[in-house]
Amino acid sequence: MTFLTIDKAVKQFGGLRAVDGVSLSLEAGEVLGLLGPNGSGKTTLLNLISGALPATSGRIALNGTVLTGRRPDQIARAGVARTFQLVRILPSLTLMENVMIPAVFGHRAHWGAAAETVARDALEAVGLGARAQGIAGDLLYLDQKRLELARALAAEPELLLLDEWLAGLNPTELQEGIELIRSLAGRGLGIIMVEHIMEAVRALCPRSAVMNSGRLIADGPTGDVLSDPAVIAAYLGEVEDA
Amino acid sequence: MIRIALPLAGLVLLALAPLALSDYGLGLLIGMAGYVTLASSWALFSGHTRYISLATVAFYGTGAYTVAVLNEALPYPLVLLAAGGIGAALALLVGLSTLRLAGVYFVIFTFGLAELVRQLITWYEVTITGTLGRYIFLDITPAQIYWQLLALAALTLALTAWMHRRPLGLALRVIGDDEVVAAHAGINLARVKLVAFTLSATIITLAGAIASPRWVYVEPAIVFNPTVSFLTVIMALLGGANRLWGPLLGAVPLFLLFEYLSVHFPDTYPIFLGALFIAVVFVLPEGVLAGLEKLRLRRRPTTREAKA
Repeated sequence: MTFLTIDKAVKQFGGLRAVDGVSLSLEAGEVLGLLGPNGSGKTTLLNLISGALPATSGRIALNGTVLTGRRPDQIARAGVARTFQLVRILPSLTLMENVMIPAVFGHRAHWGAAAETVARDALEAVGLGARAQGIAGDLLYLDQKRLELARALAAEPELLLLDEWLAGLNPTELQEGIELIRSLAGRGLGIIMVEHIMEAVRALCPRSAVMNSGRLIADGPTGDVLSDPAVIAAYLGEVEDA
Repeated sequence: MIRIALPLAGLVLLALAPLALSDYGLGLLIGMAGYVTLASSWALFSGHTRYISLATVAFYGTGAYTVAVLNEALPYPLVLLAAGGIGAALALLVGLSTLRLAGVYFVIFTFGLAELVRQLITWYEVTITGTLGRYIFLDITPAQIYWQLLALAALTLALTAWMHRRPLGLALRVIGDDEVVAAHAGINLARVKLVAFTLSATIITLAGAIASPRWVYVEPAIVFNPTVSFLTVIMALLGGANRLWGPLLGAVPLFLLFEYLSVHFPDTYPIFLGALFIAVVFVLPEGVLAGLEKLRLRRRPTTREAKA
């Protein structure tokens, strides 16, 4: 049984097919880079997996459980966690509470001391352990990103969706961020990361898939994919004959 | 320990108060207990989720009307039970159809709901039963009404305190901050909102049922007075709607203030109501309790710096 199967997923917005018959599969523990120019449908595909948007047609399944047609909370309880392209923290709650939420309501459903342990571990993993009782709204941007990742981790997910989690970091922070994701990959969870920073993609993703205008145009080892003429054309536009 | 002992001692004192008070004093206590119940139960749902409901009087009036219709047909405890059941059923119906609405649409819907219920009952009374007003003759003393309301207020606060420590309370706060995150963390939005809304509305309906014998004569225009909804909101906001004791701290002084104003300035007091509404939203959007906390932090800058 495949870990994650996406079979001919389609998302139609009026006349626009944002995701146009994408099929993709992922093995457990695999880290996949999802690439493509702006507006190619990467985030929409993540939204279809996490249930933020209902798919127009197609089928997505995790460990044999069909995700399509289910609500985001059901999908979260099936073991999918995500971060958002624009950071979404819960500003009025403490860091601890932010992170406890998926531990309490996620697919393991802890309460009390058990939930706190999971939350504390997740905060430690991203380096925010010392500030557990602070208010999330007071955090700086990078720490908000860390907090969002800790929240995804506290769900103890099997599949983690990262939507440009590394965007907007300075070079030092980027190195820290890459190390952090690498350590997660070592835990054996499947990761799909939408990312524009090629340095990070090369460092973290043995395999990449590229989307353009809603379609999957390449899927394979990251080095091969990035040198694929179709991919280069998608990023740079068609090269005219000289 | 003191967090339980102190409120319990207060409750005992308040329960003994009718023995020492005049009829007027008792009347004030009844009003206060009623509004503390309304503001606290309103905050049970709206305080954390920030879904501002103006449907308070829809449920409050429904409770009163249930008593008016059934008080001669059923024994009193069954009348209360029926009121609670009708309130819960109405809340489920309304909740299922409206909790998908967000922000201002929810506010407007709940306001419209109160008007709809009032018009429906008026229509029913005029065309089906042929009478508009009803009398409530129950053998209940003011002190008994007071004790019931006091018990309901205590129950509401206890329920709120309990919820704060349960996943349900946490889920409501998450929903208030960001529903998308809530859903992606595994929270069943519809169920959480429905449970809290129904609990809140059932308590409000019971409060209306218990307080209704004070009116003696009941008609839709009296029991579905929208001012009740607005007062409830402003009381809860003044004290701090997302805190356990906030609604109580807002309800007691505001009730006394409006009692005073309506006696001394019967014609102009709605102006004060409006002015106060604006003042609360501008000056203390998070309530008195949060305001006090901020003030305390400002006075002790050293501890704050040490923390940061």
